[in-house]
Amino acid sequence: MANIMYWEAIQRAHDEEMTRDPLVICMGEDIGVAGGTYKATKGLYEKYGPLRVMDTPISEGGFTGLAIGASFLGVRPIVEIMSVNFAWLAMDQMFNSAAKIRYMSGGQLEAPCVFRSAGGAAHQLGAQHSARMEKVFMGIAGLRVVTPSNPKQAYGLLKSAIRSNDPVFINEHELMYNMKGEVPDTEYFHPLEGSDVTRSGTDVTLFGYNISVHWCLKAAEILDKQYGISAEVVDLYSLAPLDRAGIKASVSKTHRAVIAEEDEAPVGVGSEVIAIINEECFFELDAAPVRVHSALVPQPYNHTLEKAAIPDHEDVVKAVLKLFGKA
Amino acid sequence: MKIEGKKRVLREMVLHRRFEERCYQAYIERKIGGFLHLYPGQEACCNGVMEAARPGHDYVITGYRDHVHAIKCGADPKEVMAELYGKETGSSKGRGGSMHIFDAAHRFMGGYALVGGPFPLAAGIAKAIQLKGGDEIAICFLGDAANNQGVFHETLNMAALWKLPVLFVCENNLYGIGTSIERSTAVIHQHKRVAGYNIPADECDGQDIEIVYEHARKAVDHVRSGNGPFFLELMTYRYRGHSMSDSRGYRSREEEELWKQRDPIFILRDRLIAAGELTMEAFEALEKETDAYIENEVIKFSEDSPEPRVEDLEKYVLADRETQTPWLTGKAA
Repeated sequence: MANIMYWEAIQRAHDEEMTRDPLVICMGEDIGVAGGTYKATKGLYEKYGPLRVMDTPISEGGFTGLAIGASFLGVRPIVEIMSVNFAWLAMDQMFNSAAKIRYMSGGQLEAPCVFRSAGGAAHQLGAQHSARMEKVFMGIAGLRVVTPSNPKQAYGLLKSAIRSNDPVFINEHELMYNMKGEVPDTEYFHPLEGSDVTRSGTDVTLFGYNISVHWCLKAAEILDKQYGISAEVVDLYSLAPLDRAGIKASVSKTHRAVIAEEDEAPVGVGSEVIAIINEECFFELDAAPVRVHSALVPQPYNHTLEKAAIPDHEDVVKAVLKLFGKA
Repeated sequence: MKIEGKKRVLREMVLHRRFEERCYQAYIERKIGGFLHLYPGQEACCNGVMEAARPGHDYVITGYRDHVHAIKCGADPKEVMAELYGKETGSSKGRGGSMHIFDAAHRFMGGYALVGGPFPLAAGIAKAIQLKGGDEIAICFLGDAANNQGVFHETLNMAALWKLPVLFVCENNLYGIGTSIERSTAVIHQHKRVAGYNIPADECDGQDIEIVYEHARKAVDHVRSGNGPFFLELMTYRYRGHSMSDSRGYRSREEEELWKQRDPIFILRDRLIAAGELTMEAFEALEKETDAYIENEVIKFSEDSPEPRVEDLEKYVLADRETQTPWLTGKAA
């Protein structure tokens, strides 16, 4: 096991897959000569050259469409979209071309593309560089959505996404690229479907994904130490499809659920998880499920306002205490 | 074009015309649903370019006015019509419809319904050709109105920057849906717009197939020789409305009549007759024979074919699970 950073894990997955298959290529803004805004493609340009490591113009719709077209012929492009906010410009191609091509061609064509993007709010980047958009991607038929919460997932999910014959959107996080964690030394493929029970518990399930898994883990620690509440933490690394069986299994065990998401609440991950709980195990519930989420505002620049807009582990603790009638 | 080639392409163009006219009738009879965009008037564009290219070898992509392009690449007219009928035997197994004809075996990479959407896809196909080192080219047929989308400019820039083997064919039919080019576009002649990207461009009459062919030959040679992209503009006209819901109130019948004087099929027919290679009787017989083929084979096949099964509603959304096990479960197969 190597203890490496999230960006290093992503870089390693690129490197291994590009060595294995000459049709694996990567493209995006500043990913080549500059090495990538988050270093996720560091050293690849020097190793694989400009034909396979493509510094693109700032044309998200154009280069995303180009990647998709190349994938029709068996090329496996990994597209980096520098900030998920810019993905709006590429969504027409992702949704209308990549996600629908297999279906509307009656199975003749497929788009084995990977779209990686830095999501989440970082520090004071303002309204147009702080979006959380997983809710937008997870409702599109034909598109897989995964979101790694640690370096092992970042490595293993990217490896699996490259091999998958379906288009996969990987939602990363601006604040997590320097996070360290254990990654297996040998090749590892993380499943694109399912969920991980990151911490076992009996009294309440805390559902998180990507950065909110870490709020949940911290909250579980506090709940255990200070309040004697045993919280289970479930990592929903796959947002499309969501793991119905895993959600049902955990809620059937703990009978209470809190969903923590950095995204705003409407039409989001929390709404979907609660809908699944209602459909799968409503009568197992001892209390109504609760969502912890961002305020529905364009992200403010001011530091205090920004902090107020985004939840953290304390909000998760408060939600659980409320669920138990302790707040 | 050699004489035998001209005769063959005339037969093809008559098939393309009669096929589209039969679609119109089937639509009126409600056999075909959704939107239907027909090609009559523009036949010399697709045929002229593809005679200069290699159908079935070169990759072709286009918009929603796609039936003729698919057939020209080698798609079976029966399967194209069955697709319009929404049948399981259709090109896209009834899942695509008129705007989404595909025939991957003949390298017809599809019809797309977002105006301008195929531009970057075509460049991507060219990128794949470049990586794999083949002698194919990508040919992107779109209308003039698609050039007002942002991806037009984004794609031209990338195609020129990376010297991608892609031929952009602009079928300038003077209308974007129901708005004339004068009212929507600051530049009427579209080839002028690509000068800013250092892409060589050419423009010619899109009604005379021999003229189209001569210009397309140079364009195709340029791209296939590794010189990067080329932009070919063909001045043409669609006789019918944008789609079936269009009664053409935005233009005069006089204007339409003027264009019909330069019908691409009649231009070639009359030239062959003048050369003593064809008689009017033989041409009329060809039309009848074509209609009989469409009725007895194409329509019959479509009528007789089964509908897709409702149990298969979700088939083709994602790759077959069995083939994806290691990546879905994390366990090697």
